[in-house]
Amino acid sequence: MQQMHTKRRNRWLEEYIGRTFAVICGWLIVLITVTMIIFLAVKGIQSFTDSGLSLSDMLLSAQWDPNGTPPKYGALIFIVGSMLVSLGALLISAPIALALAIFMNFIAPKWFVSLLKPVLELLVGIPSVVYGWLGVTILVPLMREWFGGSGFSLLAGIIVLSMMILPTITSIAADALANVPMAYMEASYGLGSTRWQAISRVIVPAAKAGIATGVVFGLARAFGEALAVQMVIGNTIKLPSGLDSPTATLTSVLTMDMANTINGTPWNNALWTLALILLLISFFFIAVIRLVGPRKEG
Amino acid sequence: MWSKRVKLGLAALLMTGVLAGCGQTENNNAGGNEETPKKEETYSGTIALAGSTALQPLAEEAANAFMEKYPDVSITVQGGGSGTGVNQVAAGAVQIGNSDVPAAEKLDDKSKASELVDHKVAGIAFAIVVNDDVNVDNLTTKQIQDIFNGKIKNWKEVGGPDEAIHVINRPASSGTRAAFEKTIMKDVKINDSIGTVQDSNGAVEQAISSTPGAVSYVAMSYLIGEKKNLKTVKIDGAEPTVENIRTEKYPFWSYEYMITKGEAKEEVRAFIDFVKSEEFAPTVKKMGYIPMTELE
Amino acid sequence: MTARMIDKVWTGIFYAVAAAVIGLLIFFFAVVLSKGAGFWQPEFLFGRPSNTQAGGGIGPQLINSFYMLVVTLLLSVPLSLGAGIYLAEYAKQGRIVGFIRLCLETMASLPSIVVGLFGLLAFVTLTGWGYTLLGGALAVTIINLPGLTRICETAILDVPSNIKEGSLALGATRWQTLVKAVLPAAIPQIVTGVILSAGRIFGEAAVFIYTAGLTTPMLRWDADWGSQANPLNVFRPAETLTVHIWKLNSEGIVPDAKLIAAKSAAVLMVAVLLFNLAARLASSLLARYFSGGRRARPGRGERSKAA
Repeated sequence: MQQMHTKRRNRWLEEYIGRTFAVICGWLIVLITVTMIIFLAVKGIQSFTDSGLSLSDMLLSAQWDPNGTPPKYGALIFIVGSMLVSLGALLISAPIALALAIFMNFIAPKWFVSLLKPVLELLVGIPSVVYGWLGVTILVPLMREWFGGSGFSLLAGIIVLSMMILPTITSIAADALANVPMAYMEASYGLGSTRWQAISRVIVPAAKAGIATGVVFGLARAFGEALAVQMVIGNTIKLPSGLDSPTATLTSVLTMDMANTINGTPWNNALWTLALILLLISFFFIAVIRLVGPRKEG
Repeated sequence: MWSKRVKLGLAALLMTGVLAGCGQTENNNAGGNEETPKKEETYSGTIALAGSTALQPLAEEAANAFMEKYPDVSITVQGGGSGTGVNQVAAGAVQIGNSDVPAAEKLDDKSKASELVDHKVAGIAFAIVVNDDVNVDNLTTKQIQDIFNGKIKNWKEVGGPDEAIHVINRPASSGTRAAFEKTIMKDVKINDSIGTVQDSNGAVEQAISSTPGAVSYVAMSYLIGEKKNLKTVKIDGAEPTVENIRTEKYPFWSYEYMITKGEAKEEVRAFIDFVKSEEFAPTVKKMGYIPMTELE
Repeated sequence: MTARMIDKVWTGIFYAVAAAVIGLLIFFFAVVLSKGAGFWQPEFLFGRPSNTQAGGGIGPQLINSFYMLVVTLLLSVPLSLGAGIYLAEYAKQGRIVGFIRLCLETMASLPSIVVGLFGLLAFVTLTGWGYTLLGGALAVTIINLPGLTRICETAILDVPSNIKEGSLALGATRWQTLVKAVLPAAIPQIVTGVILSAGRIFGEAAVFIYTAGLTTPMLRWDADWGSQANPLNVFRPAETLTVHIWKLNSEGIVPDAKLIAAKSAAVLMVAVLLFNLAARLASSLLARYFSGGRRARPGRGERSKAA
């Protein structure tokens, strides 16, 4: 009797502890994110409070010359560069990822899926340093042959990045498609549609929200990726005149200059502002896609 | 503003020169002391270094040799870039900050800079390098200025083949680029909207050897031994040798600095002196840097 | 007839895309492995690195990479499992979950270098630890959390509801149901996810440059616990393999820097490959162990309840 009693008490204690643990973990995520955002905001805002730079100059001017007289900190080039390279990568990657996800779920024979899955997982596992290295040794010379110039270009950055985000989008999209009930497919077949019709008109629309999540994660990763893009994009401080033209991104200028400037100098503050801008832009895109994604579903 | 900065920098340079001079005499004293057996002391403790990636290999090698000599000392050398080095030493997180430029040049706040003491530990020479297909052996300072400013766009204008020049720069905050601007470009501005920018000596090497018509600058420490596969160009007819640097025929070089906060602790001082010492000089030379013993 | 044709064409396109991706990976592996040929030699894998002479090894870096991985997983798996459970089981659906998800997505978009510099400030300077393996592990945990949490959450949600309902009907508490019924069914999927995210930890570089440092003390297995020379001490600097590649490619002055970097890259690729095989093996063994080979496929019903 006594034993049963303690047992029951332990059960509820366990429930309580377990639940608390889960809640703490959940809110810890919020805490970490908020801490990082505050950290970035405090650092990024110093450009305007301590160094007296103007926000509009920073966002709208394409003049970046921290060594000049007077130094200029216009970030337009980097903002445009980051957006172009990320959206470009998404443009290439999202359709391919969706195709792969559909293929794995509905078309491929089992053995093909068990081949394709590890392939995607291996693609995730390749370090960005290695992607960058492959980009410099293979892709850049190829670009040079096709377009002339140095080969370091926006397009090279887009291609490298699209490979890096492909597995992310694919795996999330594949999960989303797998969660669409088989009955939908069967119903569609029942109405006499072909496999492609069933997929394109029933399955994909039903999984739209999940696919949008995959795209968000892919875009987020694209924005944050630094090393590989920096290695192939050329980092020239000018707006790109075309896909074959080199340009710079927020992350590339961050990686190159952050470690060589000193806390508290206007230059360093301006770089932190770039990091903040980066965060705000990806925030913006995430919000947009989240608003757009699920709504289309209905 | 610019001239003010230059003046400031020059003043700082002079100051550090004086400081380093002081350090040097102390160093000599220490050397003298070493001969009396009583002062043949051992050191203990831990030293942390962080900063310049250009100085890092040398600092690591020095740390290994120093630890072999004094096994009770534990030294770790981290990279992170010159800015990180100064930040970390100013914050007290490391004992020595490695930097390609004196602390005063990096800091705007002069009161902060006065806390930090620069120690010159080695010289480093840089070279103008070009792709193999550029058959130019010599460039004048003026020509180099015009190339990096964007006025000269084709190699034929400087006696080379009819081929577009592809300029490769280092990022604006790089120590190598700072030395390039100070000793070669002087008042002429680098045009950042031409060519491309590469993050490191290694990336420059890769880009130079694969891009036709490319020109850039790298540290000599990067060109020694079997890595001599890049084609270097003479500046005003002078090769980047120690003799030419000493006789001021070759302008493109600078010092490497170890920065301490306030007066260095005993073992830190001993380590910095060791890096500059006659004893360690052969290794410095072998690694492609210029020992301090040859620069006085 | 035309619909049939379109269907066939699309099927062909899908096959082509899939084949191209597989071909791409094989090409990557071929390039990296051929450029880094000779990486399997024991004197390279276990030797000491050299700053000046050719022929140095990557022994300490290899140890560091694996140890970093273990420590990071010890930190991030419980955390993300907890968060995943919270999101899947406890959190009020709607606003809160939406907000946490927004946080996760924001976190996922943070550039490595920003996390690295945050880590430099928080785990290196503020704590006074200096450059440490633990600092690196904490920083990379931040990067790793969003992906891992999503994996755990999905795995839990994918468990068929009849398992959960059965357990609850028998009078088990929610937590008991989770631990005894839901998690065992979700574990194969979680393990696969964890091992795969291990690949990302293994491949991270930018964060470690600022938190775990670019050197390793001379490691001795007989050193005492507090000593920096003890390989298992988490309060020591630890240069990982990716950082080593980055360093060699950027400023390495060893004569054979490029070769060592290529060989290290090959080692990384092989390691990723091994992780993958391990994931596969572990997941299929666990699946057999926990569910007797039952292949569960969730229906729409469970999902809509959660969403």
